[in-house]
Amino acid sequence: MSPTLAVLAGLFGHGLLLSLLSIGGAITVAPEMQRWLVTEQHWLGDAEFTSSIAVAQAAPGPNALFTALVGYHVAGLAGAAALLIGILLPSSALALGVSRWGHTRADWRSVRAFKAGMAPITLALIAATGWLLATPPGVGAAPLALTLAAALLAWRTRLHLLWLIGAGALLGALGLV
Amino acid sequence: MTPPPASAPTARPASCTELFVAFTGLALQGFGGVLAVAQRVLCEERRWLTPAEFLEMLALAQVLPGPNVCNLALMVGDRYFGLRGALAALAGMLAAPLALVLAATALYASFADQPRVAGALRGMGAVAAGLILGTALKLGTSLRRSPLGLPAVLAFGAACFASIAVWRWPLVAVLPALGLPAWALAWRALAREAARGSR
Repeated sequence: MSPTLAVLAGLFGHGLLLSLLSIGGAITVAPEMQRWLVTEQHWLGDAEFTSSIAVAQAAPGPNALFTALVGYHVAGLAGAAALLIGILLPSSALALGVSRWGHTRADWRSVRAFKAGMAPITLALIAATGWLLATPPGVGAAPLALTLAAALLAWRTRLHLLWLIGAGALLGALGLV
Repeated sequence: MTPPPASAPTARPASCTELFVAFTGLALQGFGGVLAVAQRVLCEERRWLTPAEFLEMLALAQVLPGPNVCNLALMVGDRYFGLRGALAALAGMLAAPLALVLAATALYASFADQPRVAGALRGMGAVAAGLILGTALKLGTSLRRSPLGLPAVLAFGAACFASIAVWRWPLVAVLPALGLPAWALAWRALAREAARGSR
C-alpha cells in the first residue's frame, strides 16, 4: 500500500487517541489497536500485527516499539513514525507535566504519601509482570527453573545481565529449555 | 557477590549527550524489557538515582499512561536538563532500538520458524522474566523504611500481585482500588509522624 496522507493521519490520530488510555504501557492498548487497524481498516494482517509484538519483545529496547513496527507494516517508515509519535506525544507531555508538578511540591504531605503508598503497589506490579512473562500457558519446569535462577543471580550478584540473557539464548537454542 | 548498597546517588550526568548515550546503552541491553537494566545502570553503574528514588519515579511512570520506561527516561532527563534532557533521554531510549527492530522485522519472517531460533527466543524470554523478578526483589529493600509499616506494605503488595498475576484483573481497576487506600493510609501515617515530631 502506498502511504497516503489519509492513512498516515489515521495512524497518527489513532495513536493520539490511545495514548492516554495506555496505562501500564503501550502493550495494554494492543487489543484495541488490533481491532481498529486489522479488523476494521484492514491496513495490515493479523500475522503482521502479532509478529510486530513478538519482534519488539525479543529485540532490545522498550516493548512499546511494537507500535512503530505496526505502523511500518501499514505505511513504511512514515507509518512507523506516525503511530509511534502519535502514541508517545500525549502521554509524554502528561508525564513531564505531572512529574514537574510533583517535584516542586515534593514536601507536600499528599505528594509524599502518594510516593509512599504507591511504592509497594509498584513493586508488586513489577513482580506480577515478571510472573506473567515467566508463566505462559503450558510452560514447563525447565524454563521456570531458568527464570528462577536468573532472578536469583540478578538479585544477589553483579553478574552482567547480558551474560544471563546469552545463557538463556544458548540453553534455548540447544533445546534444553 | 555482595548485594548493592542503598547509598545516596553520588553522580549526575554531565550533559545531554551523556544522558543520550547512557539511555541508548541501557536500551540496547534490554532484551525482553528495559526495566531490569534501567535499574542496574541508573542505580548501580551510573549512580544517578538511589533505589528508593528509582522506585518513586517508576511509581509515577506506572500510574501515568504511556510506556513505563519511556516515562522514566523523560523524568530522569528532565530532572537534570529540563525538556532538552527529557528529549535526549527518550531519544536515547528509542532511536537505536527502533533501527534494530526495523531490521529484525525483515529477518523475523525468514527465521522465526527455525527451531533453534524459536528455542533461543524462548530461553531469552525465560531469563528476561527472571530479571524482572530479580529487580522486584532488589528494590524490595527500599520498602523497609516505608511509613506504611511492614504489615500494610505486605498486604498491599500481595493484593496487587494476586489481582494482576493470579486473577488477571485489569490494571485500570486495580490501580485506583489499591492505590487510593494506600495513599490515604500513607497520608495518615505521615500526619501522625509529623504530629509526633512537633511535640
